[in-house]
Amino acid sequence: MKQAIKKELKVPAIKEGTVIDHIPSRVTFKVMRILDLKEFEHPISVALNLKSKSMGHKGIIKVGSRFLTEDEVNKIAILAPNATVNIIKGYGVKEKINVQLPDKVINIIKCSNPNCITNQEKVKTHFSIINKAPLKVICRHCERVMEESDITLI
Amino acid sequence: MIFLMDNNGFKGRDIISIRDFSKKDLLYLLSIAKRMEQSPDTSLLNNKIASLLFFEPSTRTRLSFDSAFKKLGGKTIGFAQAEVTSVKKGETLWDTIKMVEQYSDVIIMRHYIEGAARLAAEAASIPVLNAGDGANQHPTQTLLDLYTILKEKGTLEGLNIGFLGDLKYGRTVHSLAIALSHFNAKMFFISPKALSMPKDYLDELKGKNIKFTEAEDVAEVSKQLDVLYVTRIQKERFADALEYEKYKNAYKLDKSLLKISKKDLIIMHPLPRVGEINPELDDTKNAVYFRQAGNGIPVRQALLALVLGKIK
Repeated sequence: MKQAIKKELKVPAIKEGTVIDHIPSRVTFKVMRILDLKEFEHPISVALNLKSKSMGHKGIIKVGSRFLTEDEVNKIAILAPNATVNIIKGYGVKEKINVQLPDKVINIIKCSNPNCITNQEKVKTHFSIINKAPLKVICRHCERVMEESDITLI
Repeated sequence: MIFLMDNNGFKGRDIISIRDFSKKDLLYLLSIAKRMEQSPDTSLLNNKIASLLFFEPSTRTRLSFDSAFKKLGGKTIGFAQAEVTSVKKGETLWDTIKMVEQYSDVIIMRHYIEGAARLAAEAASIPVLNAGDGANQHPTQTLLDLYTILKEKGTLEGLNIGFLGDLKYGRTVHSLAIALSHFNAKMFFISPKALSMPKDYLDELKGKNIKFTEAEDVAEVSKQLDVLYVTRIQKERFADALEYEKYKNAYKLDKSLLKISKKDLIIMHPLPRVGEINPELDDTKNAVYFRQAGNGIPVRQALLALVLGKIK
C-alpha cells in the first residue's frame, strides 16, 4: 500500500461552489458580509487563524452552490488583495482567480468624510487606488485620502 | 497647429481641482491670462450668461468672477446665499444643477460641502468652475497664486517657496504646494507643530521627489526664500476657542523680516488677513498681496474664455 501523507482538512470539501482562500484572518467576517449570505440555504464553512506559509495566519470561506459576481470579486480585492477565489466543480478546482485591485472602484467604498457630498446626496462613490500595498485610495469627489483601516464598504 | 485648434483641450472642460491640471495646462492657461491682462477684449463673451451659484457667502471670489465675466461682455445671474434658493425646500444639488444648466452657458459654484463641485460637473452638460467646495479645493485661487509668482519673479521654475501659518487646514497652501510640485520648487513649511502640513501632502511631495523643510520660526529659513506665502490662522477651524487663542498670534510679520530676507523676497497672502502681516509692510516693494487679489481677474477671464471655446 502506498504511503500517502494525508493532510487533514480543516474545512469540509464542497462539491460545487466557491472557496475564497488567503484572506487575512481579521477581515474574514467582513468578506462574509460582502457575500450577503443571510438568507442563504446551502452549506457555508468559515475558518479563521489557520496556519499559512505565506501569511502566517489566514482565513478561508467555502460556499456551496454559489459563484461570485465581478463586483463581489472587486470588493474582496479591496479587503483582501492577496486572496484567491477557487471555483469548485465536482469536488475539484475548475478555475483559480487571483483577485486584483482595479484602478478605480465605483460605488463600493463609503467615503469616511462626513462632509463629503456622497454622504449627503444619493450618488455613486468613485475612488481611485493611489497605492496598492499598503492600500491607499482617494475619493474623486472630496479628495479625502483613506488608508485600509478607514475603509468601510457600502 | 493642432495645439491651437483644440484650444489645448479646455473647451467644455470643468475646472474642479488643481489635480486635474498638467504642467502644460498650467503654462497654457497662464499665457492666456497674460494675454487677457495685456489686451482685454470687451466683447469676447457677448451673449454668454454665467450662473453664479454661491451656496456659501464669499465676497472676494464672487465679485471677482462677476467682474471678470462682465468685463468680457457677458451677463451673470445667480444668488449669493443658499437661504434664498429651493435648496431650503429640500431640493438636491443634482436637481438644482439640472435646472440651472438650462438658463446659462457656464456655472460658477461655491458650496459648503466637499465634493459638491465634482458632483455638479457630473450633473451638468455645460462647464462647471469650482469657486470653493468646503475645505477641499479652490482651484482659481491657486491659479491666480501661480500667475502672481510668475509675474513677480519671471519664472515658476526652481524657486524657494515658504508657506507660513495654518498649514494643517489651509486649503490654499495644500493646492499651491501640489501645483508648484510641477516646477521643481523647494518648499519650506513654517507653522506651529500643531498646525503643520498634513502627512498625506508631505508623502505626495516625497513621491514626486520635491525637497522640503519644516520649521517653526520663519527666521530659521527666511534668508533662502524667494516667496513667502502667508496664511491666516482660521478661527472657524478650531472646535476649542482656547486652542485658537493659543495660536492666533503665532506669527506677526513686520519690517524686521526684511532685514533677514533676500532683497527681492515677495510676500503673498490669499486674504483676508487678521494680524499676521503688519500694515507697515504694505508699502514695501516686497508686499504683493493686493496685486495678487487683482490677478484673479485675468486668470478667471482666461479660464472662462477657454472653457467657453472663445480662445482659438
